[in-house]
Amino acid sequence: MKLSFGDPRFRALVYQAAAIGAALFVAWYLVSNTLANLEARRIASGFAFLGREAGFEIGETSSIAYSAADSYLRALAVGLANTFRVALIGIVAATVLGTVIGLTRLSRNWLVAKLAAAYVEFIRNVPLLVQLFFWYVLITENLPPPRAALEPLPGVYLTNRGVYLPVPAAHPAYLWMLVTFVAGIVSAMLFARWAARRQALTGRRPPMLEIALALVIVPPALVFLAAGAPTAIDVPRLSGFNFTGGMTFTPEFAALTGGLVIYTAAFIAEIVRAGILAIHYGQFEAAHALGLRRSLTMRLVVLPQALRVIVPPMTSQYLNLTKNSSLAVAIGYPDLVSIANTAMNQTGQAVEGIIIIMAVYLSISLSISAFMNWYNARIALQR
Amino acid sequence: MNTLVMTVGVLAAALAAVQPASAQTTLDAVRSKGYVQCGVNTGLAGFSQPDSKGMWRGIDVDLCRAVSAAVFGDAAKVRYTPLTAQQRFTALQSGEVDVLARNTTWTITRDTSLGLNFVGVNYYDGQGFMVPKKLNVKSAKQLNGATVCVQPGTTTELNLADYFRANRMTFKPVVIEKLEEVLNAYFAGRCDVYTTDVSGLVAVRASRAPNPADHVILPEVISKEPLGPVVRHGDDRWFDVVKWSLFAMLEAEELGLGAKTIDQHLNSTNPSIQRFTGATGDIGKALGLDNRWAYSIVKQVGNYGESFERNLVPLGFERGLNRLWTQGGLMYAPPIR
Repeated sequence: MKLSFGDPRFRALVYQAAAIGAALFVAWYLVSNTLANLEARRIASGFAFLGREAGFEIGETSSIAYSAADSYLRALAVGLANTFRVALIGIVAATVLGTVIGLTRLSRNWLVAKLAAAYVEFIRNVPLLVQLFFWYVLITENLPPPRAALEPLPGVYLTNRGVYLPVPAAHPAYLWMLVTFVAGIVSAMLFARWAARRQALTGRRPPMLEIALALVIVPPALVFLAAGAPTAIDVPRLSGFNFTGGMTFTPEFAALTGGLVIYTAAFIAEIVRAGILAIHYGQFEAAHALGLRRSLTMRLVVLPQALRVIVPPMTSQYLNLTKNSSLAVAIGYPDLVSIANTAMNQTGQAVEGIIIIMAVYLSISLSISAFMNWYNARIALQR
Repeated sequence: MNTLVMTVGVLAAALAAVQPASAQTTLDAVRSKGYVQCGVNTGLAGFSQPDSKGMWRGIDVDLCRAVSAAVFGDAAKVRYTPLTAQQRFTALQSGEVDVLARNTTWTITRDTSLGLNFVGVNYYDGQGFMVPKKLNVKSAKQLNGATVCVQPGTTTELNLADYFRANRMTFKPVVIEKLEEVLNAYFAGRCDVYTTDVSGLVAVRASRAPNPADHVILPEVISKEPLGPVVRHGDDRWFDVVKWSLFAMLEAEELGLGAKTIDQHLNSTNPSIQRFTGATGDIGKALGLDNRWAYSIVKQVGNYGESFERNLVPLGFERGLNRLWTQGGLMYAPPIR
């Protein structure tokens, strides 16, 4: 390599070094300029504020106990938990709803297929923020106040403060029922593996459904009976201004989750439809010729191949849903961004707040991507 | 090889040219761009709200106009940036606005660690509660378990939590950033209570409630809320200009000078009035302004009392604490001499 611009390799090296240098220079300039300006205006900086008392209340603290006397860090944790709550429920529900609508759109029933098509076209062409406002206003303006609550089922109340449901009163047996339930699912999965191996070896298939159901249902039921069948129910009651007891879904949570699910499902429906249409018709016919039933054709032949088309774009829909949950600010759901905004405003430390928000969303998004990449690799065609 | 040397040279020159934010003062910057950029509320009747012709009106708007009159001799050279409670400090810190006149409470945290300077108080306020009359609530002490609508990033949000903690009561906050949305939620019945400064409650009840008589403001005032204009730390000249623009409006009321009457006093022999109108002395020069700065403010914007009469009295505001000190209120300007 000659030290001259005539040498292409040397030239490339110089350009690359210049590009890296320019990027570093811009970063350095931004950081130093920010620090200098913060210093000049004597604006407090650093993350020490996280340990200070927050002093404001949060409307939804279902997963982490919180009061105004707790620290900013805890307040942000509550916000993060609220974001997770919306994202998890939203992703699961949007996947189910989207798959159903996507399959419906492929239905041979003309009316049903057209209804699904209309849903997709209408929902995905209206901005999400407008939809969120619509759902929020629909709930708060049209449902009655708590003192005139609707009671469609005994113990279930619909009000403009939210939906109140009766739930079984807390009892230690429920924890053990949950443990045995999870254990049941795990053993059913192990059994399914063993059954598949056995089928491959002997050609005979053990009775799958009955045994799996027994594994999942019987142990929790035994625990329930052994604990004396606790049936106390925590029913919501009107006391003072609001209902207390039972389980609550606030209008903010309902509007945000519902809006995100309905919106994202429209996109997922199209992805599912595209995935299935991508499978050549010959595959259906071949499966048919082998004597597989329609449901088996779908499960064993079409879906495994369709998933390879579906999963990558699905990842970006999950990321979208999670990031869109930050629109919560507009309708007052206390998600991470909403809490971080409040913290920024009370402490004046906007730079730190934005850094926290960016870091959290980056970690969430990268985690979802990593998981979906792993799943995608698992279902990829094994050669 | 020549190209390489040149590239390195350009980079080095760029490095040398880097300096932190410019040292130009806000007053010079305002003069050279030709207008004052003023951060105001997105729409709070009596403080800052556009009227039917799109002209901004209110006592905070009048403060902006006073600053413009002092700097340019023309109260109309203001551009307004409507800001939510959450955006306001960042907008001022980052230099997006020159002065923030947005019913903002003066607290020690804001004055110190936010890098701001409060120039004074243009409205003495306190936090209160508004409830629908049909709830039949007579006192804030009866609000245990209530759902409360509040805007985030305000002292209101903190006082609310403090008050309920101190009285061993609980509440559910519904926190929405935009004033319009939080009011919609309250009027739709999503909350039992709306809380903000009493001035805000009065203004909202008069201008936004479907039927103002359906809502009552509870007697308890749970905090001190001195509302005032704010500027950035570290620019004392601009701080002085805004501060004395406010004081000039107060001093004018005390001297009995109004928009209509000030011209009759131009030949006054009262030395205080002579200094105020710029007939004698050079107070304007000391501020870096025209000597008729205070005259321009009063002539074009009016004194504090006139601003109050024009903007707040029609909404049903009492002068209360905001009377001049000579009439038993708290409004007091240091001597202009």
